[in-house]
Amino acid sequence: MTTLAYRLSDSRVMLRRNLKHQLRYPSMTLMLVGMPIVLLLLFVYVFGGQLGAGLGAHEGRSAYLDYVVPGLLLITVASAVQGTSIMVAMDMTGGIIDRFRTMAIARASVLTGHVLGSLIQTLAGMAILIGVAFGLGFHSTAGPLHWLAAIGVLALFAFALIWLAVALGLAAKSVETVSNTPMILFLLLFLSSGFVQTQTMPGGLRQFAEYQPFTPVADTVRGLLTGAAIGDHAIAAIAWSMGISVVAYLWAIRLYNRRRAAEPK
Amino acid sequence: MTGRTSAPGIVARDVCKSFGSHLVLDKVNLTAEEGTILALLGPNGAGKTTIVRILSTLIPADSGSMRIAGHDVTSDADGVRALIGVTGQFSAVDNLLTGAENLRLMADLRHLGRDTGQRRVTELLEQFELTDAADKLLSTYSGGMRRRLDLAMTLVGEPRVIFLDEPTTGLDPRSRLTMWQIIRDLAAAGVTILLTTQNLDEADQLADRIAVLDQGRIVAEGTPAELKNRISGGHVRLHFADPHLLRSASELLPAAAPNQDQLVLQVPADGTVDSLRGLLDELHEARISVERVTIHTPDLDDVFFAVTGSHVTGSHVTDQPDEDPAPQGAAQR
Repeated sequence: MTTLAYRLSDSRVMLRRNLKHQLRYPSMTLMLVGMPIVLLLLFVYVFGGQLGAGLGAHEGRSAYLDYVVPGLLLITVASAVQGTSIMVAMDMTGGIIDRFRTMAIARASVLTGHVLGSLIQTLAGMAILIGVAFGLGFHSTAGPLHWLAAIGVLALFAFALIWLAVALGLAAKSVETVSNTPMILFLLLFLSSGFVQTQTMPGGLRQFAEYQPFTPVADTVRGLLTGAAIGDHAIAAIAWSMGISVVAYLWAIRLYNRRRAAEPK
Repeated sequence: MTGRTSAPGIVARDVCKSFGSHLVLDKVNLTAEEGTILALLGPNGAGKTTIVRILSTLIPADSGSMRIAGHDVTSDADGVRALIGVTGQFSAVDNLLTGAENLRLMADLRHLGRDTGQRRVTELLEQFELTDAADKLLSTYSGGMRRRLDLAMTLVGEPRVIFLDEPTTGLDPRSRLTMWQIIRDLAAAGVTILLTTQNLDEADQLADRIAVLDQGRIVAEGTPAELKNRISGGHVRLHFADPHLLRSASELLPAAAPNQDQLVLQVPADGTVDSLRGLLDELHEARISVERVTIHTPDLDDVFFAVTGSHVTGSHVTDQPDEDPAPQGAAQR
């Protein structure tokens, strides 16, 4: 086999390991997939009546369901990457990483396995959430191409946040500390157009909401799925995703290569 | 990987390593000929693990040269990695997989191919008596089983050189004997082994050569027999019921070292029955009654005393390995 073939093989092996982990640790997998569904029900049935009324005259709960689905798809992403950070930190604080490092394998394949595994988990979680949303009466105007584009935008953004989560998992000193750090993503998501329109927010907050990554992604997906205006949000969404990917990837690789290069035992 | 090289299994020359301002390794020299066992003997904090981590490509040395089976550790790390197997102090197993899956993972990462890989996994499960537990998750494994699986994973790629960092720490006596036999069999099959230990008996039992490490320096090196010749030997400890008896006894035996707090007299002894009988007869005739006698065979502390003139400092060292290996995740890194 060539070097490239070995690299692909190593990454595939690590991906399989990661997917097995998800199955063997079902409590976490279920929590990460289940929480967005619980939030969907909460937002639609508890808050939805009142929030829906704010979307315009003659609107209500069903209009809010249509509005909020992109926000919950992003909750799915934020929730899944929390699992990524935990899994990476578990790997790095366990003994097995040292074994991998003393083997002639593609060095980054451990991380590649985590990234691809998380991406699959995230996409599966989003598929389940969409299924539940349709069950509740979600109404989409999207054709196949729109759906493909929406999945593409979400997958790209998920890819970016997963690399960020990998870096956070590598930077963490323990599994306990890392399980809290992705909370910042949830906070950012609530301060975006994911759940309410940004123009209903007070001045400073509104500006912040409009210029942070979750808003363009939410608006792009909403536009693709429900026919709302997208404007230049699509470009912003893709730019943010690529930018975060590159920075987080470089940070993660740097942490991974430097990790434990100098600590005494 | 079966091709024999004429180069020694392990050569390290003038290896230095500091962590910050703390010098951990000071010009360490080691050689292990192919197919031999080299034991690195030393207390906690002597630098044993650091040497293993450097030679196994985990961390770089500050200076010095190291070759593993002819491959330079610094410039040809991947070449070295393809030849070595490492079993560290903390179990390097995947806790969320089964025993067979752990081995399979290693086979896949060694690119053994489906059939060869499967054959090797089955072979190792049998060899390490793990066949019955092959499909159980590691959470159900005992400490000894984890250690065996750990070593089995190291052997999947049939390494030419193996590093074992305190391989029997935390094992019960029976598991330790099993591990010793496995290590002997590997060396007999031509594998070069560097093992670290705090246990003189273990080094004596297994090693062709022993290097004694103290605060980052090799303070003695030789065959077990050569090293033991330098140890003054063991001693007998006499326990007394009261201080008067202890005083009388120490007057009778001026070469002995009394311990007033513990009411113990430490008498140098060569371990033969005759010398012990002579000692007890002497005490009996002087009408000094001894409550209890314990016989102490030479251990790491005696080796240290013999070669460095001082006792092991810092952490408490006993004949028995220290606490169980930390569970996964708890290992302080």
